[in-house]
Amino acid sequence: MKKEVVSIYVDNKANVLTRIVSLYGRRGFNIDSLTVSATNNPDISRITVVFEGDNLTLHQIVSQTEKLEVVRSIKTLDSKKSFFRELLMVKVAADKEKRREIKEITDIYRAKIISLEKETMVLELTGSPEKLDAFLKILEDYDIVDICRTGVTGIEK
Amino acid sequence: MKITGAELIMKILLEHGVDTVFGYPGGTALVIYDELYKYRDKITHVLTAHEQGAAHAADGYARATGKTGVAFATSGPGATNLVTGIATAYMDSIPTVFITANVGNSLIGRDAFQEVCITGITFPITKHNYFVNKKEDLADALRNAFRVANEGRKGPVLVDITKDVTAAMVEYQPAEMLPLKKISIQNEETKIEKFARYINKAQRPVMFIGGGVLASGASGKVKELMEKADIPVVSSLMGLGCMPSAEERYLGMIGMHGSYAANKAISEADMILTIGSRFSDRVALNPESFGKKAKILQIDIDKSEINKNVYVSESIVGDCKDALEMILPQVDSAQHREWIAEIMDWNRQHPMAVKNNGTGPNPQDIIEFMCDNTDRETIFVTDVGQHQMWAAQYVKQTNPRNFISSGGLGTMGFGYGAAIGAQMGNPDKRVIHVTGDGSLHMNLQEACTAVSQNLPIITVIFNNRVLGMVYQWQTAFYDHRYSQTTPERKTDFVKLIEAFGGTGFKADSKEEFEEAFCKALKAEGPVWIDCRIAIDDKVLPMIPNGKTIDDMLFE
Repeated sequence: MKKEVVSIYVDNKANVLTRIVSLYGRRGFNIDSLTVSATNNPDISRITVVFEGDNLTLHQIVSQTEKLEVVRSIKTLDSKKSFFRELLMVKVAADKEKRREIKEITDIYRAKIISLEKETMVLELTGSPEKLDAFLKILEDYDIVDICRTGVTGIEK
Repeated sequence: MKITGAELIMKILLEHGVDTVFGYPGGTALVIYDELYKYRDKITHVLTAHEQGAAHAADGYARATGKTGVAFATSGPGATNLVTGIATAYMDSIPTVFITANVGNSLIGRDAFQEVCITGITFPITKHNYFVNKKEDLADALRNAFRVANEGRKGPVLVDITKDVTAAMVEYQPAEMLPLKKISIQNEETKIEKFARYINKAQRPVMFIGGGVLASGASGKVKELMEKADIPVVSSLMGLGCMPSAEERYLGMIGMHGSYAANKAISEADMILTIGSRFSDRVALNPESFGKKAKILQIDIDKSEINKNVYVSESIVGDCKDALEMILPQVDSAQHREWIAEIMDWNRQHPMAVKNNGTGPNPQDIIEFMCDNTDRETIFVTDVGQHQMWAAQYVKQTNPRNFISSGGLGTMGFGYGAAIGAQMGNPDKRVIHVTGDGSLHMNLQEACTAVSQNLPIITVIFNNRVLGMVYQWQTAFYDHRYSQTTPERKTDFVKLIEAFGGTGFKADSKEEFEEAFCKALKAEGPVWIDCRIAIDDKVLPMIPNGKTIDDMLFE
């Protein structure tokens, strides 16, 4: 099983996301993440979907998605030729003693501290999903209060 | 030119050659129906008893004529009543356009009287749907609906229009039908060559045809290839009608209730050329062992059907007829007499026949008598259940589009509406509605439609007083526990159809049926023949779910 990132250009119209999600729901396609974003053309949006599966599943997802009337084009992003980015915010319990250690990790990962309270800190990191995973792994030694990730968006070189 | 939204609907229907629609009026559809009144010389509207009947009629009309079927309904329950019909058309890829009225735009989202989000409900069962609440979007939505319904793999499209849009004044510019995007056969040269090479090399070839052959009008090409390379042909339920049943190389249906010879041919073949079939679970009961000894080649217009259910060696994505036209010149004339003799031998080992399990007319005799006493153009429309499989097994098809059945969704209650649609589209042909007592009870109210329209549809009821197909499974696999399949109904079908204004006959024997059928052929308006067949008559042979030909049941 491997991860695939699929980029879908769709009409920027009402219910487009519902149509895509309804299709994935009824066909039983399992999605890791899905993001919707604007493009330079106001009539078109981009949906980036990440899922785990084999080649047959990929073929099914791509060819079923392609059939939707609102889909203008779809492609699988080649990991060697594309950039993938995701944004992470994580709230960590950090009292006076822990702050310095966490600041050190934050600096190494070039993350940002976007909030500092007496008992907690909120960190922000943008990067490849793998980088975010690694950052979270290090933070496991601390008391993580909450995490949110945007899901992956990708673009070809 | 400024006209109302409702008149725009009529104009665009006429642009697409639509002269017959099926439907049911209601509050939000009033403006549309008012306009229909003005257009009654150009567009015939068939009022059904229930919107489900209208949906099946539009579907049956499309199946029988090859044109786009159209149905109207009002908002709320009118729209939801279409749903089973839309899903039926979706599963069998039938080009249909459903037009529903919704409440006025100012009421949308407020749970107004008879408001329902029919676009949301029908996302999974339409190729596409449109919600039109702006008058300037109406013309585009309607024209695109006809394009989408017919482009590539066909199917249903729904257009939901708010009442204010139907009444608003809109600009009308006459236009031609939108062009249908052709799927060009990719990688043509090498793919076509490969296909031809596999066909030429095969010693035990089989062609397997499905509904795609009908949709693309490819049955002539299939016949040509069959004759040129001497290849036996088998069919799915949806492909029935494409090949004349009298043809020696045509082995009939495969799958759960297909013949032994047809299924055996698939399991012993060294090459299977699949044309316009999606390998449903009723055909490839065990997808891993389907055509295990064969190179499987597939032609389908829908890319997502390649390797969906059965893994194939080679595929061409495109129109079946186009692909066959390209392959044919590269195929060598060949003879496969030994292979065909072997198949004929299997046919002799296990011939198709319904064994009588009690008194009453034999289902096979009923069907054969009807085929022998009507002309080649006769259209058979079925419901779903045992009678459907008997019809699929024994109707002697001669022409494409003369066997109409709900395949994918298996919709009991499909038959009467579909028969009405088929008859409206073919006023000069004989339409026979083959049904069971279970299926008929589901939508029998459409008898009033057949009476109103004076349609001479002959409804032949295979009446075994039980829900036969489920009953048969309970006999075979559930140790005779007949849970809710013996309804003890006392319906007198003869009196019932007489009450509707039609004619009824009862047949307790083969002779009585033959007499009744001959009278029915001469009758005015709809006729029902209540054939009291034996409870224990079974649909055989049968391959149970997930099993193979080695597990075929013969009794």
